Amino acid sequence: MNRRHTDREYEGELESLRERVLLMGAHVEEVLALAMRAYVDRNVLLARGTIELDSTIDQLELEIDEAAIQILARRQPVASDLRFITTTLKLVTDLERIGDLGVNICERVAELGADRSESPHDPIPRIADVAQGMVHDALDAFVAGDAVKANQVIDRDKAVDAYYAQLYPELLPRMMSNPNVVFESTRLLSIGKSLERLADHATNIAEMVVYMVKGQDVRHSGPASHQ
Amino acid sequence: MLDRYARRRYVDVVVRAACVIATLIALIPLISVLYYVTRRGIGGINLAFFTELPKPVGESGGGMANAIQGTLKLVFLACVFGIPPGVMAGVYLAEFGESRFGKWVRFSADVMSGVPSITVGIFVYALVVLHEKHFSAFAGGVALAVLMLPTVTRTTEELLKLVPESLREAALGLGVPQWRATLRVMLRTAAPGIATGVMLAVARVAGETAPLLFTAFSNPFWSSGFDEPTASLPMNIYNYAVSPYEEWHRQAWSAALVLLLLVLLLNISARLLVRNRVGAR
Amino acid sequence: MSGASSQSKISRTNQRKGASGDDKSRWDEVSVSTLVPKMRTTDLHAYFGQAEVLKGISLQIAEKQVTAVIGPSGCGKSTFVRCLNRMHEVIPGARATGQVLLDKQDIYQGDVDAVRVRRRVGMVFQKPNPFPTMSIRDNVLAGLRLNGERPDDPDAVVEKMLQRVALWDEVKDILGRAGTGLSGGQQQRLCIARSLALEPEVLLMDEPCSALDPIATARVEELIHELRKSYTIVIVTHNMQQAARVANFTAFFYLGKLIEHDRTDVIFTRPKEQRTEDYITGRFG
Repeated sequence: MNRRHTDREYEGELESLRERVLLMGAHVEEVLALAMRAYVDRNVLLARGTIELDSTIDQLELEIDEAAIQILARRQPVASDLRFITTTLKLVTDLERIGDLGVNICERVAELGADRSESPHDPIPRIADVAQGMVHDALDAFVAGDAVKANQVIDRDKAVDAYYAQLYPELLPRMMSNPNVVFESTRLLSIGKSLERLADHATNIAEMVVYMVKGQDVRHSGPASHQ
Repeated sequence: MLDRYARRRYVDVVVRAACVIATLIALIPLISVLYYVTRRGIGGINLAFFTELPKPVGESGGGMANAIQGTLKLVFLACVFGIPPGVMAGVYLAEFGESRFGKWVRFSADVMSGVPSITVGIFVYALVVLHEKHFSAFAGGVALAVLMLPTVTRTTEELLKLVPESLREAALGLGVPQWRATLRVMLRTAAPGIATGVMLAVARVAGETAPLLFTAFSNPFWSSGFDEPTASLPMNIYNYAVSPYEEWHRQAWSAALVLLLLVLLLNISARLLVRNRVGAR
Repeated sequence: MSGASSQSKISRTNQRKGASGDDKSRWDEVSVSTLVPKMRTTDLHAYFGQAEVLKGISLQIAEKQVTAVIGPSGCGKSTFVRCLNRMHEVIPGARATGQVLLDKQDIYQGDVDAVRVRRRVGMVFQKPNPFPTMSIRDNVLAGLRLNGERPDDPDAVVEKMLQRVALWDEVKDILGRAGTGLSGGQQQRLCIARSLALEPEVLLMDEPCSALDPIATARVEELIHELRKSYTIVIVTHNMQQAARVANFTAFFYLGKLIEHDRTDVIFTRPKEQRTEDYITGRFG
């Protein structure tokens, strides 16, 4: 996208769309960051406050959808422009879901309250690190049109899945030995699930970015097709 | 502002009135000729005029049957000798007119259309009559054809050029050879206009007197075939008009009227002939 | 919803897909290299006097498919198409070099009669040009009659051709009317019928819808879709959306050169050349 469209108004419309997606992405990342901080600090107030931010994200999704459809109707985009628009339409769905999952995490944190067990190892932060990193890098790849980075995000999903798979075996013995931690552990499981799904959505975003950049549809085809 | 508008309206009306008046003035000669000739000539139109030969001076009655036949003969010959070469030359100019030779042909045609008709008559006299050692309808026809030629050529060329090239392309696209495309598509499309131009040329030529002075001459009797001196309406009008006889003057007016009607008939039939080819619109 | 009814829904959908000729999965495997070419140009150069308008075009035209030629003004697309039926050389001072194969025969070889080529490769022009001195009926038969042929049953030919261009119902009662008395879209379809009467193998269309309104354009495009089953079609268009709608393959020309030639869906979703991408997305000039 190094050259500009002859029609400057069209160029402006595309730019505006891209900016709004970035804004939405920034809001989503902020929600995630705040949710995880609330979790680590067991800060219920912060958690409740973060839930409020979701409405902005939803509003942006509506605006972006509307703007994208307008461009489709009026401009009949083709080739890279078409891929960009369709990617945007799908991408914001995933972003909006990530925002909702962030809200879910906040709700679980609110339920946890100040509750914190004496267990030595908290498995959640490492899942969160990878998942948040994936969201961040997927959005970066979108901005930069970087298919390589996007492919890397797709590869990292395996790690998240692996960590999540270890979560239940790790928490189960604790629950069995100490019934008091059941409430906390179930909340942790739920948060872990949200993070795992969040990573899946980030993967979706990365797949769409590969399509947008290279014109290859890499969804549902597994790791063998990634270059 | 309203004042300006009113002034413009006023100017518009004045100019329009001036155009109408100018048109009427231009029509005056035409209408007056038609009216006058009809008035003076209608009296002498009777069956005898069309069927009888001229009577000797002093005797009343008689007609111009031979002159009418003669004019028709001469016009026919002029068409036969003048139209085919003229149309073909026009086609040549339209197709290849930009070559050096084409430019000379066009120049010659333009010059020829300005040559006085009497000069053409003398030319044909020298060429044909002296050779044959007698006047003839044939010579008259040749003279009239030479007069017609430039007009027919230029008309054909101009009208062919007006036919859109897209029609030629359409024909070529159908796998029609170039020459056939020109003749059967381009020429056919231009035909109505060419027919009109030809008819105008014929009408002009039908009334020519000067070239006939030395070629067809005149004949008080029937002429048979194309090889004898022939009477014609224009020649008779001339001869009768300059004569001192009242009877002949009357006949001259009638001849003028007949000639006028003949030209009108030629025009109308040419239009009808071409229009019927396409079918109802 | 019971399982049985959703099962039958699935089988009915599959049946419908199988019945239509255009099965999507097989089309995806078609590419420029696998197509069967009806016509093929090799290093085609075209000149107007000294000016070189086509600079070595090597392109295959797929048989019984629609190939669109797109590109900005002056890129040589009309010239290219006119070389395919040897109409280019009709213009004084114009010439072409190189090979143009129709099936296996080079139509530019010395002894080949250009007029015969044009019987096999017909052409429809931008501005509808029915012969004004002929009726609708005579227009359809014009190609045959002007070549001295007399069909045994002219009325049958007229009806068949007009049916083929979906014009029969509209004009069957006014066949005697002048060809120019129809609307623009009808005239263009009449011109197509006129070309088809000669049973060409290839039909070249030089911006056939430029002079037509959207509804007439849609009808001609529908017609092209039908004709594809029997004829190889090459269409020049400056309207990219039309190329996208109508063509199976698209070739992009720029400044007398062929820049890219591929399946239309590939050209319009992920073209390989940057110049193609720039042109179709409107990033030119």
